[in-house]
Amino acid sequence: MSFLEYAPAPESRGILNLRDAYGLFIDGEFVEGTGEGFATISPADESHIATISAASEADVDRAVAAARRAYDKTWSKMSGRDRGKYLFRIARLVQERARELAVAESLDNGKPIKESRDVDVPLVAAWFFYYAGWADKLDYAGLGSSPRALGVAGQVIPWNFPLLMLAWKIAPALAAGNTVVLKPAETTPLSALIFAEILQQADLPPGVVNIVTGAGATGAALVSHPDVDKVAFTGSTGVGRAIAKEVAGSGKKLTLELGGKAANIVFDDAPIDQAIEGIVNGIFFNQGHVCCAGSRLLVQENVHDEVVDRLKERLSTLRMGDPLDKNTDIGAINSRAQLDRIRALSKIGEEEGAERWSADCVIPDSGFWFAPTIFTNVQASHRIAREEIFGPVLSVLTFRTPAEAIAKANNTPYGLSAGIWTDKGSRILAVADRLRAGVIWANTFNRFDPASPFGGYKESGYGREGGRHGLAAYLAPGSSAPRARQTALAAGATAPAKAASIRTPRAAKKGARK
Amino acid sequence: MSRTDLQTLPERAVELLGGEPDDTTLRRYLHGLPGVDAVGLEQRAAGLGTRSIKTTSKAWALDKIIELIDLTTLEGSDTPGKVRSLVAKALTPDASDPTCPRVAAVCVYGDMVPHAVAALGAAHGDPDDGLVSVAAVATAFPSGRASLEIKLADTADAVADGADEIDMVIDRGAFLAGRYGLVFDQIARVKQACRRADGTYASLKVILETGELNTYDNIKRASWLAILAGGDFIKTSTGKVQPAATLPTTLLMLEVVRDWHRATGEKIGVKPAGGIRTSKDAIKYLVTVAETVGEEWLQPHLFRYGASSLLNDVLLQRQKLRTGAYSGADYVTID
Amino acid sequence: MTRLAVPKTYKLYIGGKFPRSESGRTYEIETTKGDFVANVAKASRKDARDAIVAARGALKGWAGATAYNRGQVLYRIAELLEGRRAQFVDEITRLEGVSAAAASAQVDEAIDRWVWYAGWTDKHAQVTGNANPVAGPYFNISVPEPTGVVAVIAPQDSSLLGFVSAVAPPLVTGNTVVVVASERLPLSAISLAEVLATSDVPGGVVNILTGSPAEIAPWLASHADVNALDLVGAGSLDWIDLQIAAADTLKRVLPPEEGPDAAAPSLDRISAFTETKTVWHTKSMV
Repeated sequence: MSFLEYAPAPESRGILNLRDAYGLFIDGEFVEGTGEGFATISPADESHIATISAASEADVDRAVAAARRAYDKTWSKMSGRDRGKYLFRIARLVQERARELAVAESLDNGKPIKESRDVDVPLVAAWFFYYAGWADKLDYAGLGSSPRALGVAGQVIPWNFPLLMLAWKIAPALAAGNTVVLKPAETTPLSALIFAEILQQADLPPGVVNIVTGAGATGAALVSHPDVDKVAFTGSTGVGRAIAKEVAGSGKKLTLELGGKAANIVFDDAPIDQAIEGIVNGIFFNQGHVCCAGSRLLVQENVHDEVVDRLKERLSTLRMGDPLDKNTDIGAINSRAQLDRIRALSKIGEEEGAERWSADCVIPDSGFWFAPTIFTNVQASHRIAREEIFGPVLSVLTFRTPAEAIAKANNTPYGLSAGIWTDKGSRILAVADRLRAGVIWANTFNRFDPASPFGGYKESGYGREGGRHGLAAYLAPGSSAPRARQTALAAGATAPAKAASIRTPRAAKKGARK
Repeated sequence: MSRTDLQTLPERAVELLGGEPDDTTLRRYLHGLPGVDAVGLEQRAAGLGTRSIKTTSKAWALDKIIELIDLTTLEGSDTPGKVRSLVAKALTPDASDPTCPRVAAVCVYGDMVPHAVAALGAAHGDPDDGLVSVAAVATAFPSGRASLEIKLADTADAVADGADEIDMVIDRGAFLAGRYGLVFDQIARVKQACRRADGTYASLKVILETGELNTYDNIKRASWLAILAGGDFIKTSTGKVQPAATLPTTLLMLEVVRDWHRATGEKIGVKPAGGIRTSKDAIKYLVTVAETVGEEWLQPHLFRYGASSLLNDVLLQRQKLRTGAYSGADYVTID
Repeated sequence: MTRLAVPKTYKLYIGGKFPRSESGRTYEIETTKGDFVANVAKASRKDARDAIVAARGALKGWAGATAYNRGQVLYRIAELLEGRRAQFVDEITRLEGVSAAAASAQVDEAIDRWVWYAGWTDKHAQVTGNANPVAGPYFNISVPEPTGVVAVIAPQDSSLLGFVSAVAPPLVTGNTVVVVASERLPLSAISLAEVLATSDVPGGVVNILTGSPAEIAPWLASHADVNALDLVGAGSLDWIDLQIAAADTLKRVLPPEEGPDAAAPSLDRISAFTETKTVWHTKSMV
């Protein structure tokens, strides 16, 4: 065995204390769902992990009612200081149980333990820490003095960063004073259910957070529930569209974080070795299951060959395999359905005339696997240059000038993220100015921080998560006085009359409630 | 794996540079190399440092580290006695375990070379043959602040006394002042001074003193410069200045060596020196070499650790693998 | 038979260590009834000088830490304060002569106020910094930075709450602090030092001097390596003279505040110890 084959370095599952079956988490307790239970499996070998309850419409109704009760009786009456303390507790508990959460996440999702341990779970703790501190400082959020919570938030999250997406949803919602009903993705419910145990350890008042596991029907029931004031969704653009249509005219506030087809732009004066790392990280991190993945490489034509050569060489040391092995770089594809989609689109890429190259990885017999793949000679009119594959597949296009790079980068209905690689500062800033994308990384990629707002332009969705801006989704502005620069009691500003928003009156909906 | 004949080196350099190796030409070439993003470089190094090397891989790694060590003593207070003690340790690192491999070389001040050679006796030779080489620091190590004549004499004396390898220092002042031609010339002349009567050459390691060069762009340029001028190895540090070897710096130098190989087919060695004290750190370097230039570089003629206390830490880890229990300082010997 | 107590020795807190005053001096602390409680170190100008050296030495690391890291450290302090509530309540009741309930309320508020400040570290720049839309091809951004070493005369009539209210704000953005505690109520300050010493706070970030503010303050005010001077607790000193002395080196000075709202928590108090840096960078496509 050569040194580079590295002996197995498995992370132990011994730290997990899993139940055979999990209920729904409603009103502070685990309760049986009335829908048909389903299995959650490990995508690495298709083995059974646990049986999960499915929430029926009645269960969703129960959860929303619990959230409403908790909002009315407890959470809306609690001081920001105390809400913050609960969030600090949760952050600390996540830190204490970090390893356990990382193992569960890798097991259920298929992502390498290295990622869940070093990226996902630390960010989860950081997200709760960050928003904990906002809970008693909402006057400073730029939304006027005394902004108000919206009420009950219905949140639906995807399977690619299960616990992190949960944190992105729950932390700001709670900090702002809302209560929550959250539906994890069907294939990745496990970390959310362990998180529910953490909420019990934190002694969070019952009903403030409710977790309803299930599939698309559960999500639809939640999103359309009349007593939900705010809907937050992260997932595919297709479903996002449907949700936007569903909530139209209902008065529910909506934020969406959808798909992307980000351009990673490499200029000829890029710091080349770091750019290669950035390209690899951009599309192969998390198996490419990243909405902001750098799935289009736009490389300046005069350095195309060198970049592609170096990229292929770099892929030779990427290790695909057991997600729980600490040396694994590329884990399993999350589900058979997703694997089929990736395969189908890759076939289309070949048919369209692009050249396909895949890293030389051993594919295990069971589980869902796809070797990192690069398509060169991709053109802007190819489907693989336009459609989100959501897998470890990179499409390589070229450009000649900065203006052309920008035109190609913007030539998409999506607008979530972009990367810029060059040694020239003035170019970074000018190109960033012109890219129609909500997150722009310069000489880096896939960096996330609770203090940094994240979200898209155009069909990548609307609203921001993270940062001060991330609070806006969960608050109704207070008086329109200029935001407090000195103390909370900024004196003297006269508030101009605020236009009434056009909403379905709540009274009418009250009658409709069960 | 030595370099091509010295006489072709200036021609090779002229060909690659497109001109004589003077300040202007070298500046145009070196400043035209792609830049280094420090944040990205350090993140890549940190990522390589997360590799988990266990069981059989770890056992192999520990032995390999020992085989790649230049066991070093570079103190003003060195004596023949100290050098003899170091040599004994180099030959038999673990008194309790004869299966323990030998180190690659001992590294001493030039005037200690005769004592090292004498102490090694029949065991003096090429590490590829299971023997131990003698590396001498030269050129007014560590500062390099002396006339060229003195630096050349320093080198020639050590070679004449039997040193197999010369670890020289570049003139950092000249480098930082942009006098690349001078730096180039000194390296080329020292390489000439490595020539023995029989026409063979001692192997030349060029110490960049990365801690003084300060920026990664400087380290990248100095690495290319040292190779163009004839160095067989590029070495991070004298160990007398902080920071000494770091993983990102070594990664960068390995990338240069990789690119040189792509461009010319030639293989240059890398030696991180100073500050690598634990097996855990040393293993990170092995991983970095393997994943940057390939496993082929994990051999004495292409990679060395400049270290002293590292050896005992590796031995303690080796003992733990053997016995299953943690070991202690009483079970390893003083060098 | 009652158990014989092991009384604590109260020393200064400088550079992460607990030295006695280099002058060897102490002074007596008594309860409101006049009973002896402890001999407390009486800091000299040399102790103040050493404290400033320690604060300056710790500045690079503390200011250079990520805001997240500073927030974690400050939150950890709150956790440890919480764990030691009983000790603080006891010291307050003994020295201030108030009931256990009142002392408890003071400790509660001090901890909560500390948590409030801990939550600001990674938000302050978002609220007080911004991009500036200048009329030209430039990226322009203003960000707050810590001013450096901050000398504080803590409120003199409050054991813990006043002390915490004056010390926490400068730490949020990365300043390091030299603080003179209340002369007659210094014990809580030194007990807080024990908390700091056990909660990942690097040595030198906070330095605590006990003794006579009247004696020490002029040395802090005139010291050229102090960047800002908070006179919040200096109301009964010749504080105008202190302000005049501080003007020689153009220190940023905050005036005294009296009453129960002295050093009330505010964003202002954090911003007062920051400098605003504005950076321009050209933007061009070609």
